[in-house]
Amino acid sequence: MLRIPCPFCGTRDHSEFSYGGDASVEYPALEAPAEAWLEAVFQRDNIDGVQLETWQHLHGCRMWIVVERDTRTHEIHSVRPAHQGLASALAQSADPVSES
Amino acid sequence: MTATRLAKGGYIDRDQLVNFTWDGRTLYGHAGDSLASALLASNQQVLGRSFKYHRPRGLMSAGVEESGALVTIGRDDHRDANVRATTQELYAGLVAQGQNAWPSVRFDVGSINNLFGRFLAAGFYYKTFMGLPPFEWGSGTGMWMRYEKIIRKAAGMGTASRSPDPDHYEHAHGYCDLLVVGSGPAGRSAALTAAKTGLDVILVEQEGILGGDTLAQPQAADNLAEQIKALKDVGVRIMVRTTAFGLYDGGVAGLLERVTDHLAEPPTWMPRQRCWTLRARYTVLATGALERHVAFGNNDRPGIMTANAARVYLNRFAVRAGENIVIATNNDSAYAGAFELAQAGASVQILDARKSIPDAIRAQAADAHAALRTGAAPLMAHGAKGITALDIAEQQAANWREAGKTDCDLLLVSGGWSPVVNLLSHRGVKPVWDADLACFVPGQTNEPLSMAGSAAGVWNDNACLLSGQAAAERAVTHLGGAQGSTATPAPGGWQGAITPLYEVSVPGRQLKSFVDPQHDVTTEDVRLAHREGYVSVEHLKRYTTLGMAADQGKMGNIIGLALMAEALGKEIPQVGTTTFRPPYTPVSLGALKGRNVGNHFRALRRTPLHEWNLEAGGTMTMAGLWHRPWYFARSGETIGDAYVREAQTTRRTVGLCDVTSLGKIAIQGPDSTELLNRIYSNPFAKLPIGKARYGIMLRDDGFVMDDGTTWHLSESEYFMTTTTAHAGKVMAFLEELLQTRWTDLRVHVTSVSEQWAGVAVAGPKSRQVLESCVENAAAVSDANLPFMGVLETTLKGKVPCRIARISFSGERAFEVYVPSDFGPDIMDALWESARSMNGCLYGLEALGALRIEKGHVTGAELDGRVTIEDAGLGRMASDKKPYIGSALRKRPDMARDNRPRLVGIFPRDRREIFNAGSLLCAPGHIEGYGEGWITAVTHSPALGHWIGLGFISGGHSQWQDKAVVCADPIRKGNTAVEIVSPHMFDPDGERMYG
Repeated sequence: MLRIPCPFCGTRDHSEFSYGGDASVEYPALEAPAEAWLEAVFQRDNIDGVQLETWQHLHGCRMWIVVERDTRTHEIHSVRPAHQGLASALAQSADPVSES
Repeated sequence: MTATRLAKGGYIDRDQLVNFTWDGRTLYGHAGDSLASALLASNQQVLGRSFKYHRPRGLMSAGVEESGALVTIGRDDHRDANVRATTQELYAGLVAQGQNAWPSVRFDVGSINNLFGRFLAAGFYYKTFMGLPPFEWGSGTGMWMRYEKIIRKAAGMGTASRSPDPDHYEHAHGYCDLLVVGSGPAGRSAALTAAKTGLDVILVEQEGILGGDTLAQPQAADNLAEQIKALKDVGVRIMVRTTAFGLYDGGVAGLLERVTDHLAEPPTWMPRQRCWTLRARYTVLATGALERHVAFGNNDRPGIMTANAARVYLNRFAVRAGENIVIATNNDSAYAGAFELAQAGASVQILDARKSIPDAIRAQAADAHAALRTGAAPLMAHGAKGITALDIAEQQAANWREAGKTDCDLLLVSGGWSPVVNLLSHRGVKPVWDADLACFVPGQTNEPLSMAGSAAGVWNDNACLLSGQAAAERAVTHLGGAQGSTATPAPGGWQGAITPLYEVSVPGRQLKSFVDPQHDVTTEDVRLAHREGYVSVEHLKRYTTLGMAADQGKMGNIIGLALMAEALGKEIPQVGTTTFRPPYTPVSLGALKGRNVGNHFRALRRTPLHEWNLEAGGTMTMAGLWHRPWYFARSGETIGDAYVREAQTTRRTVGLCDVTSLGKIAIQGPDSTELLNRIYSNPFAKLPIGKARYGIMLRDDGFVMDDGTTWHLSESEYFMTTTTAHAGKVMAFLEELLQTRWTDLRVHVTSVSEQWAGVAVAGPKSRQVLESCVENAAAVSDANLPFMGVLETTLKGKVPCRIARISFSGERAFEVYVPSDFGPDIMDALWESARSMNGCLYGLEALGALRIEKGHVTGAELDGRVTIEDAGLGRMASDKKPYIGSALRKRPDMARDNRPRLVGIFPRDRREIFNAGSLLCAPGHIEGYGEGWITAVTHSPALGHWIGLGFISGGHSQWQDKAVVCADPIRKGNTAVEIVSPHMFDPDGERMYG
């Protein structure tokens, strides 16, 4: 079982979360051509090492987060809110939610 | 073998006599006994029959690695097969039976297999069932099909009960700073050291009492009780009868707590076992080491066990396992036991495979008055059902030669020790071969995890204490505490070096030497596998089944590796080792499932109208996790009668249906319109306030995700409904879009599925029903609430409600939503009114009939492979705006003319019935996947015959007036059908709009 440190709730079992997908994908604008969408939706690297993933704390705060995880060891290097604004706000917060 | 219970010593209570039954005979032991020690004290020698050859087997160990004494405990439905007698605590009335034997383990007809060993060698199953030599005659014939049953019966273990498990189990969750596995010297010192610094420590021990290896030693000046008290005093949480069976990511350990397996009369409220998910911030594995056997002739005979096992029986259970004892060793560890057994009155001879041994060890042998032969080892055991004598071999240059024979009734073997690295192996850490110690020691890991004591290859007690202490200090430092000062002791600690010894044989002598006794794998099997081309240990394991029995290679793996290495001319580390995987010891399926059985297998969702529906005579069915009304049968009606009547009544007068399970999402904020316009394929930008619109959502890849109606409530607020099945998925997708892609949109989405109870009021008289229930009847007039109109008003009794005039049934219909708590009251009012108009309640079956007649799609059609055009809804896809999926839905393959399209299906002979799930094929081409498939069928009350919905290549226009076969080969056979428009009833919607 992975233990994921949710930036809002603290460390929780991965069974509370649902896996989203590749967090490094930049989704194109809706009006972008099919080729750009094809790239974003279907083309995925199969990374042997550290990758960025989106997860949702489905059975918790329901926030989407970006998890930096090593596919070889399942080690989680960092976690931040997927929403950039929230991520910056949390980084500036004087009292971040502590782990454990 | 003549075992004797000693008059004093041990951790047993001599005042408490405990009766138990072994193969139908009543025997006695003491409180504190294991089943094994009680059987041993009662001089029961043959306790099992082996897997293939039905050879007699007795106790081989005193612990979890036991491969001989596998027994069945309990009777009838409470029967538990393949229990190691060594780990079963004795209780009054315990019933144990030998297994894999008829009529009994002492006299077993199946032992005739022993004579046919040649045919039962490695790869037996592969060879016989594939007709390989020497079984060519068995190939391709029906003979083996019949023999297989007999063979499977002959080879095997205990028999499980065929009834449902009568016991109950539970799951538990725990947290701690430090988990210590094992309560031997290292584990106890680790737990104490860490707890003293204030850490929250859990100490787990698989046995019923704490002590680990300390229990195998004489009690003398032992202060075990004081040490245990000290652990409790500093607040260590102690869990006995608890096995850490697996280590997982993130410091998670799986623990199996055997709560009542040791109790004569377990209270009914107690679970039999409890499966723990424990999250530890640091873990210390003080799991000890297991003593190894050596392969020699008949090394599986009853009366041959590990040297340490005899020490456990002697010091923990006060049973001297024999009188005339030979100890065969290749290391120092067996000498302490020799002295203790001699003290207890046995005569002892020692065969030490080493040529030279240190003087101090020699002195120990002398203290035991034991005859000592160096450079000697056991060659072959004599005796049918227990060892009576032993042929001895002596080392000559690189070989062994026969060197005499001695009588004995107990042979103790020490082939060295293997640290229990299993749990570390679960973390993907490969053990490292230590040639000096002739064992695998733990490899390095970066995880918050340490091995301590003999599990780290540290052999003597004082060093084990330090090892535990050092591990605890590492834990304290890792968790932010002070730096420790204890140096980690190096592995080893014997005075004389071990001489590796895996097999003893002499040229020209045929011996049956077992490597993995539990699966009857012999040294010859390993060599045969090598001759037949198996060079990898992973293949060796699967071909010979070495290490695949219930002990998972605890007994035999190292010997097997050594033999393979020898055959390949390599060293053991080059041959490698197989990976240990969870569980460390067997875990019952019952414990893994916990309480998730029967109705509790998955969550159950009930609508606020659940009780109301039941009281109204509804029969419920599962729709995903939801319980929904299926049909409301009146007296004498079958389900078929009921739904046809309900559908008919709804079209004639009015019907009410609980639609609460639909997903409901509140969409609020100034950019709500923009969000909807981007997510739905059809335009939402100009939906007026007070109107609802049917919308279709696609996925990024352009396929249909879901459909539903969204109601415009106010400038910045919408109420979205989704299908029951996709409610969660749509909600999560909206959240994903707003939090990851469209972070600039000022919209908040909230699931309100649980907050609103919903009722569909459908049929020509639906408006009259509503009129009688709302406070202001004029509010629901056709003018004020036209088709797709939305209204927030109050029902009688000042109940706030939302009403939209939308229709799934194809009739004039309304969906009425009220806050959940008001659901039953509103249903009362609606039903009173509907009943007065000869209306009905309808369930899911009638709902299905009504929507199939209309060609309305649900999850059965929108299965994730369907485009908006396939579903016949292409006109809803806007070309004037971009939206989710708009780019990729235009891929060439998705515009193919011959894609399967939604169609209606009639039987050619209108009296015929056909089934959902059938394939649609062209006549004469009933093959492969056909031309399409049927998703839903119903008897149509409106049309008077069976109809269906489905998909067929090219759709209605391609197959109009052509013959089509509905192929259903394993149920009903073929039916001639015709393809029609999916809008089978009232295609222009006059009833709905009118």
